[in-house]
Parts: sequence; C-alpha cells; structure tokens
Amino acid sequence: MKTAVIVFPGSNCDRDMAVALGRVTGQPATMVWHKDTALPAGLDMVAVPGGFSFGDYLRVGAIAAQSPIMRAVADFAARGGQVLGICNGWQVLIEAGLLPGALMRNATLKFVCRDVYLTPGAHNGPHPTLAGLPQVLRVPVAHHDGCFVADEEALDRIEGDGRVAFRYVDADGHAAPGANPNGSLRDIAGVLSENGRVLGMMPHPERLADDALGGSDGRLILDRLLIGQSGDATAPALPTAAATA
Amino acid sequence: MKARVTVTLKNGVLDPQGLAIAQALSGLGFEGVNGARQGKVIELDLAETDPDAARAQAEKMADKLLANAVIETFSVEIEA
Repeated sequence: MKTAVIVFPGSNCDRDMAVALGRVTGQPATMVWHKDTALPAGLDMVAVPGGFSFGDYLRVGAIAAQSPIMRAVADFAARGGQVLGICNGWQVLIEAGLLPGALMRNATLKFVCRDVYLTPGAHNGPHPTLAGLPQVLRVPVAHHDGCFVADEEALDRIEGDGRVAFRYVDADGHAAPGANPNGSLRDIAGVLSENGRVLGMMPHPERLADDALGGSDGRLILDRLLIGQSGDATAPALPTAAATA
Repeated sequence: MKARVTVTLKNGVLDPQGLAIAQALSGLGFEGVNGARQGKVIELDLAETDPDAARAQAEKMADKLLANAVIETFSVEIEA
C-alpha cells in the first residue's frame, strides 16, 4: 500500500505519522513537500499531519490550505481517494473546503495536551469507515485551536448523515463534563466527508500506535483506515473509492 | 490606495477571548463592560487607484482568504 504525508513549514507530526503509516502498510510513506504540485501515483492514502503550519498565521490552516499541493489533495479526494487530517491537518482540510465547520480557540483558552477518550460515531453507531473499532479508544490530543463549531443546521446534517467520526467521552464511553477538552459543539472530535473517505480529527492516533509508547489504540484506527481491519471480524468492508465514486 | 479589512466573529459564535477581555476589564475596575468581541484588522496597500475597484478587490480577497465565512464576517474601508 502506498501512503504519503504532506509537509508544510511548521508541520511537526509528519515523521510520527510516516512511521505509524509505515508500520501498518509495511512500506515507507512518501514525504511530499507543500510546494509540489502532484501526489505520487497509485496512492492509497494521503495524510495531512499535525503541527503549526505557517505559524498559525491569519487563521489555523488558512495559509497551508492555499499551498500548491492542496489542489492535488483536493483532486485526489474528489476522485474518492482517502485523506486523513490530524489536528492541524484537520484545520487545513477545513480551510481547503474538504470538510465542514470550523476549528476555533479552545473554550478554556489553554493549550491542552493529554490523553482523551473517544467513541466512534454518531448516536446511531459508527460510520462504516470506522466500523468494528472498540467503543472507547484512548488517544492523545495536543492543541490550542480544537473547538469544533458549525451552525445548528450544519451540525444536524453532519449528525443525520452519520458523519461524526469520533466524539469525546469519559473512560467508560459516556458523555461527561470534562471529557471534552476544548468545548467542541456536541463533543465532536472528528468528522468525515460525505463519501466517508476524508477524515479530520483533533486527536493524534499516530502518537499512540505502539505499546512501547504506552498504548496502541491509535494503531487500531490506522489499521481500520488502511487495511480495513478492526479486530472485529463482523465489521463491514471498508468503503472504497470504487464503491463511493 | 489603502484598504482596511476588519474581520470579526459572527454574532452567536462563542468568543472565549472576548469573554476573557471583558472579565479582565471588569477585574481592573472598569464598570459596565457588558461584553467584548475580538477581531482582527488587515491593512492592504493596493496598486489600484479607483476606490470602487479597490473595494471590490479587497472584498474578493476577504471572501477568498482573509475571513472564514463559517465563523467570521468582514467590512472594508478604503482610505485615499
């Protein structure tokens, strides 16, 4: 499987992401500089990593979203390609118009860096893209601008379409005060595109994808996205580009 | 020609920074601060010499990059 990681000036999770993707696929990920205009051919997934692209100038992700490579990423997504945006990567995908809503300064105004608990999916269950994952996953967050907002109508539409990828919960999988680290509306921690192939999320699966680092729940998410495995043999097959085109 | 683009959060969008500013002002003893909203100002130096054309240009820039229509609104002032 071929994966690529976009690198902007100020990206700082690009290497972690490349290592994590390489472990899942068994093949090194290709690093792609933001000034490039094309992605490698035959790509299975492109990841937009966390960090502080362009120093968060203007708005988080706003400048990076105008980088030449983002046109290629948008074309890839339009063809049904799989795109994963983590943290600043989600901010970039939103600013590029590939995902809805906006990400604003944390409600606490504080940078938050800690493990959080996630549950996959909307109230009626996980999106097929994330089916079969455990009900509760422990994954770290590290951000200053992770408060997801959208107007009520847009939120209802995202919920109605089952496109809430992850929600912040407590360790038992329930909504709870304090479980949501940034004030995101409806505890939303990640959102999927209409075809389910573009995923943006604030938590960092690549940072907890090896037991040597204290946990591997992040690996489960990457396994599911890349090779369709989730530890649950009854989970439906992963939607593919062909199936969603 | 100078264009001044003021970007502010839409009404109804929670502004925790504005809230903190209002609280700090109250803490300093300023009474009657009912609220504060934080925004940003971007001053553009444009080659365009026609005010209407400069305004149209600045508005296009604000639409495309300077403001995020999901959470922000903007206004443009032209200075000769």
